[in-house]
Amino acid sequence: MGFGQEFTKGILRENPTFKLVLGICPTLAVTTSLENGIGMGLATMFVLLGSNVFIALLRNFIPDKVRIPAFIVIISTFVTIVDLVMAAYAPDLHAALGIFIPLIVVNCIIMGRAEAFASKSGVWPSIADALGMGVGFTLALSIISVIREVLGNGTILGFPVMFADYSPAVIMILPPGAFLTMGLLLGLFNFWTRRKTQ
Amino acid sequence: MEHLFIIFFGVVIVNNVVLTKFLGLCPFFGVSRELRSAFSMGLAVIFVMTIASIVTWTVNRYLLVPFQMEFLKTIVFILVIATLVQFVELVIARVSPVLQRVLGIYLPLITTNCAVLGVCLINIKEDFNLIETIVYGFGGGVGFMLAICIMAGIRERLSLARVPAAMQGFPISFIIGCLMALSFFGFQGFFSH
Repeated sequence: MGFGQEFTKGILRENPTFKLVLGICPTLAVTTSLENGIGMGLATMFVLLGSNVFIALLRNFIPDKVRIPAFIVIISTFVTIVDLVMAAYAPDLHAALGIFIPLIVVNCIIMGRAEAFASKSGVWPSIADALGMGVGFTLALSIISVIREVLGNGTILGFPVMFADYSPAVIMILPPGAFLTMGLLLGLFNFWTRRKTQ
Repeated sequence: MEHLFIIFFGVVIVNNVVLTKFLGLCPFFGVSRELRSAFSMGLAVIFVMTIASIVTWTVNRYLLVPFQMEFLKTIVFILVIATLVQFVELVIARVSPVLQRVLGIYLPLITTNCAVLGVCLINIKEDFNLIETIVYGFGGGVGFMLAICIMAGIRERLSLARVPAAMQGFPISFIIGCLMALSFFGFQGFFSH
């Protein structure tokens, strides 16, 4: 597969959130506003890119038996970089995302790509794979957080978008709203795919 | 004593790790098809979470803080947890074959369970002392077990219900999660005064 195909597969066909249902914890926890959703998506994309490149470069040097601990060290190095950079330049976002920044380490998407793709492929395909998966994840987070922010707060990125006397359904930005949005979206995507195949 | 009870009750019911803090959702949806395996997974998490809380707290207090290496927290904690899980696996295989049969396949999965790392990080963030850390770690595990067992119970019943084709599997599980989170939300008022 070419660079373009590796890139686009993560966005639709193998979307990590809606198709593979991986990395649900940050997906539900931080999508209370679009800003948080995009911030988390970009942070994850950076870690994914860094870890995929390094694992692809080192894949012939890492002994098979200790590959998982080696992957964990590489991934957590990039997570620490994101954590410190964000704390320095975007302290508000850093505070809003809280412990979910260090928890990128255990996001199954990153470990999954390292194990299933980067440890078996060259650097260029791994970059395409990381960018595609990262964009797919960021898009998924954006969709969920737009729905939750509009319904739960009546705003997008802080700007009011609903009519003047709209009273926000606060439940949408509380934990139950996260489960509800994700469940209905997954059901909708299932419905579409089933329709297309029939 | 009352203070410790509030921490325990808080993490099990009011701020349940799974339903309000969104930690450990992968096993919550992945291993909740039947009650028996959910129960074993819960036991394994209680076990590992309590030990991991104690060990990471000690490492942080006596190794990272004195040498001013707190920025390495993420790397050190995840490695400590991964090593610990392997160690616990070895010890259990030697000491108790019964326990190994119950927990066996679930232990390796716990390394990448974000609830364990999450609880260890919260212990440090909240500045707990050792006793509070043990209570919080144990309580976090109990909270996880409570949530996953309720989920498994509901999903076992669900096999008799007529779910729309598009909603089968993950989607309906998320809707169940929504209703569970809603009902646990009712406990929020407990600590307001």
